[in-house]
Amino acid sequence: MSATGTVDAPSDTQDRRKAPPAGRPRAGPTWRQALRRDWQLYSLAVLPLLFFAIFRYLPMIGNVIAFRKFEPGGSVLGEEWAGLRYVQMFLSDPTFWRVFTNTLVLGGLTLLFCFPMPIVLALLINEVRMRRFKRFVQSVSYLPHFLSMVVVAGLIMEMLSVDGPVNQIVRAVGGDAVAFMQEPGWFRTIYVSSEMWQTVGWGTILYLAALTTIDDQLYEAARMDGAGRWRQTWHVTLPGIRPTAVTLLILNIGAFMAVGFEKVLLLYNPLTYPTADVISTYLYRMGVVSNNFSYAAAIGLLEALIGLVLVLTANLISRRSVGTSLW
Amino acid sequence: MVTVDRTRGYRLFQGLNAVILTGVVIVTLYPVINIIARSLSDENAIRSGSVNLIPRGFTFQTYQYVASDPTFWINYRNTVVYTVVATLIAIILTTCYAYVLSKPKLKGRKALIWVAVFTMFFSGGLIPNYILISSLGLKDSIWAIVLPNAISVFNLLVMKAFFEGLPAELEEAAAIDGMNTYGILLRIVLPLSKAVLAAMVLFYAVAFWNSWFSAFLYMTQSDLFPVTVYLRNLIAGATSATSVGADATNMTVAANIKSVTIVLTLLPIVLIYPFVQRFFVSGVTLGAVKG
Repeated sequence: MSATGTVDAPSDTQDRRKAPPAGRPRAGPTWRQALRRDWQLYSLAVLPLLFFAIFRYLPMIGNVIAFRKFEPGGSVLGEEWAGLRYVQMFLSDPTFWRVFTNTLVLGGLTLLFCFPMPIVLALLINEVRMRRFKRFVQSVSYLPHFLSMVVVAGLIMEMLSVDGPVNQIVRAVGGDAVAFMQEPGWFRTIYVSSEMWQTVGWGTILYLAALTTIDDQLYEAARMDGAGRWRQTWHVTLPGIRPTAVTLLILNIGAFMAVGFEKVLLLYNPLTYPTADVISTYLYRMGVVSNNFSYAAAIGLLEALIGLVLVLTANLISRRSVGTSLW
Repeated sequence: MVTVDRTRGYRLFQGLNAVILTGVVIVTLYPVINIIARSLSDENAIRSGSVNLIPRGFTFQTYQYVASDPTFWINYRNTVVYTVVATLIAIILTTCYAYVLSKPKLKGRKALIWVAVFTMFFSGGLIPNYILISSLGLKDSIWAIVLPNAISVFNLLVMKAFFEGLPAELEEAAAIDGMNTYGILLRIVLPLSKAVLAAMVLFYAVAFWNSWFSAFLYMTQSDLFPVTVYLRNLIAGATSATSVGADATNMTVAANIKSVTIVLTLLPIVLIYPFVQRFFVSGVTLGAVKG
């Protein structure tokens, strides 16, 4: 019978399959032995690996069209080398710099408001002594996380429509109704506040979990030393959730460049482009709508590379300074 | 607790805290209640700006009107079909790979983990993906939605962490009894993993139910759209019309129709949400502990 698991002895019969590339000279089984012993396990990995190869790594290779002339309907990898032509094109494109700035501003504001708020909310929820109320607040605040981006966009537009609740308040205090969705000056506020509405509640989960793991003895010791509530929070609670916070900060920084592509795409319109248009929506219009695939791919590649560099840098800094690392 | 808790300052804080959190609850629920009120109001009441939390000019006709559009139901059915098929495939692939990755002594395990984790931090991007799906001939088919999203690395790591926490002795005993890997996974491991499987099914199902962009990008025939794209087109019709200018009023979709469609799209999620919420929470915290 076939052997199984990683703890079993090698199976009986001589295996005739081709020897895989020899393993590095170190302890442990060679590839040949490992395959013979665990081939059933490896077989389970075949379909997932195909998935990653086709739908994750092929598109990475597909980025070569950023440096090659691509014709719709032609070769997937482009027709001929174009060098850095497309890179130069977007570097000298004023629209690119506008969307680049917008991306940084929206990403920065999101980080500034949406990263610390869950910590504050988690601390507040954690202080609640009434079980029922606590659970109710948690349940309600998680809800927006489960709504489709399309639904969220719909809710935002209805809330801010000329006849919606926000304008009802504006009129009640004597102002004139504002067409919020058509005003470039309002877009960033709308984007960031709706982002908070969507993410802050759900963001508390990990902090609340971390808070329950803090040793009660630490609080007791702090009280013995005469620390009040505030000092306990400052010296015990906050250090207790620091690893969680740092990990989430790194992940947030990694997602910095990809700022809410779907949400921006749903909420913006040509009138709000000056503040709303970001790199991802710009390259979407350039590529998918206008068929400038190579140009759009060049922008997309830059965006992905910046994202990668950001997350690696953040991770490095955090590992050096506070000893927390993603891997 | 201790006497410190009974000071006046602390009681004041508790009161203030309750007020703040009640505020959070109200702000969170407000848009949802408002949209329900709008969906039950007549168009004139909405236009006059008098609908807030309570329906004005109560009517159920808008629901009947939206429900009488066959495209709406076709798209709703599409959403159900896409969600079921995509979740099933995603669960199978994720389970298989997570199980492989959870075996500490497996040769090449590190590399297999990196194959997955690297894609969290670097991706091919929109354009190469679009070209790939197009050239694979997947446009206008369910597979354009299902296949590119078959494994979420986050879910994969959650499941891996769960499998790693299972006692190895059970599997070893089954192996000694002559059970092969597939048998062990199906008959020993999965029956012990119901909680994490429930969380995974919900994560995937909600993600696919809510997804719209893949369908929006890869589907051109309206009878293939999921309901999210149906809703998007209603909303977008409104914004692009207003930006066009002059004829805006003729082109905008009635506000009550939009509201009803929004309500009907979010309804299933809101209805099952209270019952399944704990699985989500356990899924997330599980992934964080060891992920």
